[in-house]
Amino acid sequence: MFSNFPATPPQASSFSREHDLIFYALLALTIIFTVMVGIGVIYFVIKYKRGSDADRSRPIYEDARLETAWSVIPLILALIMFYFGTKLFITMRVPPADAQEIFVIGKQWMWHVQHSNGVRENNTLHVPAGKPFKLTMISQDVIHAFYIPAFRAQMHVVPGRYTTMWFTPTQPGKYHLFCSMYCGTQHSEMGGTVVVMEPREWANWIENGGQSQASLTLEQSGERLYKQLACNNCHGAEDNMRAPSLYGIWGKKRTLTGGRTAIADQSYLRESILRPHNKITNGYSNTMPVYDGQINEEDVLKLMAYIKVIGSSVGGPSSSGTDTAAAVLNKTKGTMSPFAANAIQYQNSSMRRVDSTPTTRSGELAVNAIAAQQEAKGN
Amino acid sequence: MSAIPADPNVTAVSATPRTETNYLNADWSIKSWLLTGDHKRIAILYLVSVSFFFFLGSIAAGLIRYELTAPAGFILESETYNKVFSAHGIIMVFLFLIVAIPAILGNFLLPLMIGARDMAFPRLNLLSWYLFMIGGACIMGGMINGGVDSGWTFYVPYSSMYANSNVTMVLTGIFIAGFSSITTGINFIVTTHKMRAPGMTWFRLPLMVWALYATGVVIILGTPVVAVTLLCIIFERVFHLPIFSAELGGDPVLFQHLFWFYSHPAVYIMILPAFGVQSELIANFARKRVFGYHLIAFSSLAIAGLGFLVWGHHMFISSESMYQGVVFSLISFLVAIPSAIKVFNWTATLYKGNIRLQTPMIYALGFIGLFTIGGLTGLFLGCLGTDVHLTNTYFIVAHFHYVMVGGAVTAFLGGLHYWWPKMTGRLYPESIAKWNAVLVFIGFNLTFFPQFIVGFMGMPRRYHYYYFAPEFQPYHIMSTLGSSVLALSFIIPGLYLTRSLSKGAKASANPWGAHGLEWETSSPPPTSNFDQIPVVLDEVYDFDPVTEHEQDKAAQALEVPSYLSNEAKSAESEKEKR
Repeated sequence: MFSNFPATPPQASSFSREHDLIFYALLALTIIFTVMVGIGVIYFVIKYKRGSDADRSRPIYEDARLETAWSVIPLILALIMFYFGTKLFITMRVPPADAQEIFVIGKQWMWHVQHSNGVRENNTLHVPAGKPFKLTMISQDVIHAFYIPAFRAQMHVVPGRYTTMWFTPTQPGKYHLFCSMYCGTQHSEMGGTVVVMEPREWANWIENGGQSQASLTLEQSGERLYKQLACNNCHGAEDNMRAPSLYGIWGKKRTLTGGRTAIADQSYLRESILRPHNKITNGYSNTMPVYDGQINEEDVLKLMAYIKVIGSSVGGPSSSGTDTAAAVLNKTKGTMSPFAANAIQYQNSSMRRVDSTPTTRSGELAVNAIAAQQEAKGN
Repeated sequence: MSAIPADPNVTAVSATPRTETNYLNADWSIKSWLLTGDHKRIAILYLVSVSFFFFLGSIAAGLIRYELTAPAGFILESETYNKVFSAHGIIMVFLFLIVAIPAILGNFLLPLMIGARDMAFPRLNLLSWYLFMIGGACIMGGMINGGVDSGWTFYVPYSSMYANSNVTMVLTGIFIAGFSSITTGINFIVTTHKMRAPGMTWFRLPLMVWALYATGVVIILGTPVVAVTLLCIIFERVFHLPIFSAELGGDPVLFQHLFWFYSHPAVYIMILPAFGVQSELIANFARKRVFGYHLIAFSSLAIAGLGFLVWGHHMFISSESMYQGVVFSLISFLVAIPSAIKVFNWTATLYKGNIRLQTPMIYALGFIGLFTIGGLTGLFLGCLGTDVHLTNTYFIVAHFHYVMVGGAVTAFLGGLHYWWPKMTGRLYPESIAKWNAVLVFIGFNLTFFPQFIVGFMGMPRRYHYYYFAPEFQPYHIMSTLGSSVLALSFIIPGLYLTRSLSKGAKASANPWGAHGLEWETSSPPPTSNFDQIPVVLDEVYDFDPVTEHEQDKAAQALEVPSYLSNEAKSAESEKEKR
């Protein structure tokens, strides 16, 4: 029951424990004093209620010793709490020398995070457990505040000056990220998730430009879709009795039933995926299902990109589409300046930001793709 | 006074049988109210207008609570929600809390308590009400005509450069209302210094007067600073004068320094008079001199002084220097001590007292509990390490509501009940009022205690939505349930107090058997307060619990309802003393 009804924030940074110790010490003091005062008040009220026969002789009106006692004892307790609070605060405000720097820009109403290797993310922050990070922050418009309750870390983000905060995450998991300084209409929605990852997982993540798996090219996505939709059941490497092979079809002249011809270009492919009955290749019957309304335009583009490469001149006809795709990827990287590659990386990462669970791995293809990419790098 | 009976016309016309002329029935015309210099009538004007503003502020609070019951809200857009919480804060702080106890109870009581006929500057006093009303009208005008969404703190550059709402007009209103505060403060200080009755020495002053005096000092030193600061926002907003906004070349953190230099002491403007009321209630209903009178008086002044040196504790994470934070934290811990002393002294006052559990006393006892929690949770926020996590969350919201509502509003209600017979000449229904006082206590705790927990969990304040953190919802539901109880407990006194104006039993001069100059004149007092300026011969809170107890016993033996006999006797004995 209590797992659905938490009363404390998770502890996920090196500050959390110390902070909570001080918090609970103060809480204990609060309870002790409140109960003391409460019991005193109730006891006196009952005992000296009007009409009770309690002894009221020789009342005291001032008592220097008593008053000194209840001035000095709270003072000492207060100074003790001041000491521990200040000690923690100074730790929180002085980042260690080996802290890795991350830049944060706040603007109405989103957080923009820039890792030092160029990876950028919006409204999320991925960090590994066990490593200190220093956030250097600035605002583009009004004052915001970067607040991670699970880390017990919070700092204003001010226009015109840099502010810093640091922390060492300890517990892998997902935690709230809030803007805690009122900043206008969508203030309450200016937040997101802090993802604390296992160090190895994070290393992979940052290496892949902000994703747990290498981003797929259009061709790779197309291949995945090709298998998902079971196109390969009929359209195999060679023509068979159910369907013609699509290998090397791109740009070729096709003969249709009734003797018409068509060039296998983009509009032909699109038409044949969505409404295959319109242009049936000579010698085949109308058996392919209609995909119009079943898949969206993006999927059509992916499929088309894949169909373009299978059997294209890049890698020659091959039995595994992955190899071809890797070759395409390889080629792309080779011809592009590193700057442009970065730009693509950013574009991919921002495109995929919608999918906010990059930690999950699924599909053997992803593993293949990573392997292929590494292989390509080796070349 | 002897001149009046000598004039046959006056006696023939104005002296209706069995009704003494008092400040309420001296003249019924509207003009006589709107042009009055009488501090008691000005207090009533304030009572009516402040109650109206409190009503509006409470409606805003109700909307906020209702909206927060669901993680994605019910009826408001985010923009509207922001305007509603801003309206709640601005109205409650500037038009209710800062004004309520000083301008209503303080205005009414200060001259009566020190044996004066009026404030030192009656016309300045009236001007203060008009300034308050003009300021209030500007604020309401701004809110109706589009609203304001910058929160009551008006942090720049949001308020000066980014808010599309009616900031300028509302700021103008607060600026004007500030001068109403200043004039009231001047009146308090000068009146206390110059108008005390013969024999009313400084250490015979009721603690309420000490508290009002300290409040006056804080008002005069603090309010001009915030007035100028708000004016600077207006200049930046309207003329783009580069003061605070970084993009114009100003410094946004400078604003926070200036703002909190006033707004932290403003907390003491709200709570110091409440301490004063509290001391009066505890002493008079325990029938005992307040324990450690001198220490309480001096701790009021200490709070007023130290209160000006802690503003930086609102800015621990706002990029002020770390060392600055350490110093402000230390002073903040120190300022907690005078408040702790007061709580202990009030508790000790009960020892060997003769305690009457009447409505004002129930409020006073509730105050001790709520203020203790409110004050101690302040330590979590003055403590640097924990403030980093808790600031800007519901923890801070709960903390200052414990101090402001649990403290100031509870004291205001207690004081209003205590002095109601003096102000109106009528008694309110005691039993319903008693149960209502308990209801306030319950409703208040139900509303604000869950907010401590949800704040510790990390719910930021001023959040409209929290659909991304559904674990906060149970606490918001509890809080909203509590707030409906609290709302009910504010509506009930409004009804029975209003009803008592016509239906309530007539109050005697001293219905509580209390001690103090205000109880020695008739209820309600004549326009000139006292027939003759009293000469003070006895000490403040000069009660004797033992004799009182014996009188009670004697009255019981005679089988006369002690409620009646005791009051009559104590009133008589007071008269004999003089």
